[in-house]
Amino acid sequence: MKILETEALTRRFGELIAVDRFTLTVDAGETFGLLGPNGAGKTTVIKMLTTLLPVTAGSARVAGYDIEHRPNDVRRSIGYVPQILSADGTLTGYENLLVFAKLYDIPSAERGPRIKEALHVMGLSDAADRLVRTYSGGMIRRLEIAQSMIHRPRLLFLDEPTVGLDPLARNAVWDYIRRLRTEFGMTIFLTTHYMEEAESLCDRVAIMHMGRIAALGTPNELELKVAAELGPEVHENAHPNGNGNGITLNEVFAHYTGGELDSGGNYRDTSRVRRTARRLG
Amino acid sequence: MTRPGYGEPHVDLGELETPRFVERVSGVPLYLRRYLSKTWALVVMEAQKLRHDPTELLTRMVQPALWLVVFGEVFTRANMIDTGPYPYIDYITPGILSQSVLFVAIFYGIAAIWERDLGILHKFMATPTPRTALVLGKALSAGLRGLSQVVIILILAVLLGVHLTWTPLAIAGILAVVILGACLFATLSLIIASLVKTRERFMGIGQLLTMPLFFASNAIYPLNLMPPALQAVAAWNPMTYMVDAARALMLPGYPSVFGLGLDFAVLVGCVAGLVLIGGRCYEGLVR
Repeated sequence: MKILETEALTRRFGELIAVDRFTLTVDAGETFGLLGPNGAGKTTVIKMLTTLLPVTAGSARVAGYDIEHRPNDVRRSIGYVPQILSADGTLTGYENLLVFAKLYDIPSAERGPRIKEALHVMGLSDAADRLVRTYSGGMIRRLEIAQSMIHRPRLLFLDEPTVGLDPLARNAVWDYIRRLRTEFGMTIFLTTHYMEEAESLCDRVAIMHMGRIAALGTPNELELKVAAELGPEVHENAHPNGNGNGITLNEVFAHYTGGELDSGGNYRDTSRVRRTARRLG
Repeated sequence: MTRPGYGEPHVDLGELETPRFVERVSGVPLYLRRYLSKTWALVVMEAQKLRHDPTELLTRMVQPALWLVVFGEVFTRANMIDTGPYPYIDYITPGILSQSVLFVAIFYGIAAIWERDLGILHKFMATPTPRTALVLGKALSAGLRGLSQVVIILILAVLLGVHLTWTPLAIAGILAVVILGACLFATLSLIIASLVKTRERFMGIGQLLTMPLFFASNAIYPLNLMPPALQAVAAWNPMTYMVDAARALMLPGYPSVFGLGLDFAVLVGCVAGLVLIGGRCYEGLVR
């Protein structure tokens, strides 16, 4: 079953075409990764799909609802964790969840049990009554995921879920994201520019470059395809990566985006990532 | 093996398809009940924040105290401003109350920009919450902070020997004026924030706005002492109606210049209009 379908989704900001005829379908239960350098248009795609940003052209259906004509139904069906750290540090973990439980119309009798469950699933039961400003970066991320699953969404959007986290915290967040899928059957749509993250979590990935999908498939498919395109010379300096196809997702990424990871980032992106990193300590 | 209840279509979704004002629960339409409970959820959240860290409320008490104790006392002694049978300190007490509510509320826009920068606002916008409920929730939280100003100013007024009306009706009226005034200026501030989008620009405009709202009103001098041009400006300033209502309610026997009916009508009308406009432009902050 298709849970997400976009048809030539396009967004312009003045002259700039941030997202250019983006067409994609995602199956229910899939973990899908949107990869791309900063400024490739990943966040713009997510903002359109989460109804935060109007589309310029094209259309999309999320959980069966048109994002332009049924935004409220889309909002009920999805959870969203923005790239920037978004839990409120001046509230406790429990209070952060409580306000979202209310905004998602969860009946009052059910709020307590749901909040406890979400905190438990994300391993935050013991920290429930602490102010979030005392949490570590990884804990804040998990709390935000808990916030976004309190209404049991069909589809969860995670925008750069582990940006700014240290490797240990990143691994923990990955484990929790995997649980969402295996235990709760949630469809997860995430963006990332960590290839390791995509390889470890995603069934399929799309590589986005300059607003367009440059490549789409399972990580292994893409690796094989690029290996074939590059021909034999790739094997001379290839690192074995366990897949036996002689190429890493990193190289696939470089092949389609024409270079380094952080090309195309602008001042605002950089300052945001820095700010997030600073909050994480 | 997945847990039940996840990943399935929401049972709740059907409710939106029924005409919103047809389905009634205990006499109140479901849509309206949800609207109000979401608005209230946002106010409760702000109250929780204040409970965890009330320092803001304490520091907010300093400014009105200075205006009353220093400015008020000096000008009362100087006896330069003709305020009829009321001592000047009595006359400006409702004005300083209104002013401190204005100063509390006018910074809501910058708080909204800050929440946008943190990503908090994005997440609220992605919930099925009507935009006007998000705005009204913020506005009423400003009202909550405004109420804390009532407490400090009433205490100071008693200490300074100001004669106040203490009937329950008058007090209820003051609370209503303060909440309405706070909603009005907070919403105005949110709208400006939604249009200018950055803190730097907002700071400039905030300054540009606050002082005229304050000085082109009857907060610290009567309208009839103003030059006619300024009087005309003051008549278009909602602050004037807020102060007029507060003064008529707080000072025994003080005749309202415009009539309490008009005062409240202007305040309610402005709040309603600004909440509607705010609901339309608030989304602009996250784009």
